[in-house]
Amino acid sequence: MKKGVTLLDHEMVPKHEILSEDEEKAVLKKYKAFKSQFPKIKCNDPIAREIGAKVGQIIKITRDSKTAGKSVAYRVVIDQ
Amino acid sequence: MAKHDTIRALLKRGVSEELAEKVADSGLTLGDLKGLTASELCKKISTSEEIAAEILQLAGSKPKKAITSETSLKSKIEQLEVPRSVKDALIKRLSEREFTPTQIERILRMTIEEYERIKIDPCEAVGIVAAQSIGEPGTQMTMRTFHYAGVAEIYVTLGLPRIIEIVDARKTPSTPMMVIKLNEEYRNDKTKAHALASRIEATYPSHLGDIVTLPDEMLIRIEIDESAMEKRGLGIDDLIEKIKGQGKFNADIDLDEDGKSINIRPKEYSYRSLLQLRGRLTSTNPSSGILIAGIKDITRVVIRHEGDEYTLYTEGSALKDVIRIEGVDGARTRTNNINEIENVLGIEAARNAIINEMVNTLGEQGLNVDIRHLMLVADMMTVDGEVKQIGRHGIAGEKASILSRAAFEVTVSHLLDASLYGYVDELKGVTENVIVGQPIKLGTGDVELVAKPYGKVVD
Repeated sequence: MKKGVTLLDHEMVPKHEILSEDEEKAVLKKYKAFKSQFPKIKCNDPIAREIGAKVGQIIKITRDSKTAGKSVAYRVVIDQ
Repeated sequence: MAKHDTIRALLKRGVSEELAEKVADSGLTLGDLKGLTASELCKKISTSEEIAAEILQLAGSKPKKAITSETSLKSKIEQLEVPRSVKDALIKRLSEREFTPTQIERILRMTIEEYERIKIDPCEAVGIVAAQSIGEPGTQMTMRTFHYAGVAEIYVTLGLPRIIEIVDARKTPSTPMMVIKLNEEYRNDKTKAHALASRIEATYPSHLGDIVTLPDEMLIRIEIDESAMEKRGLGIDDLIEKIKGQGKFNADIDLDEDGKSINIRPKEYSYRSLLQLRGRLTSTNPSSGILIAGIKDITRVVIRHEGDEYTLYTEGSALKDVIRIEGVDGARTRTNNINEIENVLGIEAARNAIINEMVNTLGEQGLNVDIRHLMLVADMMTVDGEVKQIGRHGIAGEKASILSRAAFEVTVSHLLDASLYGYVDELKGVTENVIVGQPIKLGTGDVELVAKPYGKVVD
């Protein structure tokens, strides 16, 4: 792969963003849920490593969806 | 922005007609004004600095008359709690024709009502619906042939075996394959595409010439096919180097006097070692053969001209190595090996791959399964951050309830373990409750009545 092209550019990888603490609180409140109830992403996942996510953070994933156009999902970073 | 557009925009913001025309005449647009200071502007349109400052202030303000049409409609739709695709459709359809505000109001209200009505109900058994919706078309697939000639003379497993492979989360599919897209420089150039293909394809000595065994001279000779060497951009020295580099190779390797063949003599004078040597040299097996060039796992490359670009199809898959090769468009290159995608591109890409592979496999057989069922399957398989199979080692085998697991497979050992270690079943799932004969926690069964005492409670 050329320099400057990262894994994040691959067409199969949706947009990953790390949530700030305030955003995290808002998400947890919106879903009335604990972090442990969210889907998981491993901390050694290539994309999680690429964006520098740490264990315990929530990653916001904006997927291209065939049914909803765009859909937002969250994953909590876990230890292996 | 054309001149009269600039004038109109300025008028809407309260600039007088005379000044607006002056500004437009000097070739400025609204966008330009934002980047200017008052002194710069007064020079350009030859007015006092005061007036220029006023124009700038007004130009920076919002247009006074609310433009009811597009913008406010858009912002109104954006605020609705409906999916992106519904919003886009609304914006598109509503801007096609003129509607009165009350009509728009009504349309939006009805859209939301319809969306809420159509949403899946809480406590609905979506998993069962998904299982049935994939299972029924699956019965039609069994009848058909298992292998289909896929794209570009490359055989890929399709149909039911492929679906089973995906759902079982096998480490390697039975027929791994890749679709390699090329970058701008390579995709329109046939010779470059061919050169890249031969750099990717695994090359063994037997591809580069005839291997002749001369038992009476205790000699194996590789008679080099120069065109094959040239096609792959290899020199004879490279070849000798590679063969020598193999080690564990108890033989003398020399260039023949004619310079066109390589002589290999086993050091041990026996037919057995000669035959062993020959076996290794002629092998095209990834584990025992001598790789001269290319990527070990990619056994064959086919070039196709697709649309307006050259695309490589490969038998075998090595995503990590391939996307790093110069000339490959790493962002569009795909493989059908989901495990590899998980390792290279992460869990979300693996989820996408599961959905795509299943949609394609079912679609290829003429079966239309709603994508939402497949999305649910993919979501369940990837929910824990790694791809898990749907089966005894994955989703079904990791259920919390012992009774539920016992009902699935290997009943006795689950019950035995449970009784040995004193496990407790919370009876929260469906299967457990069916077993013990209780109402299941689904649909209306999951609703519990909570009474709040009203007024004073008297015994």
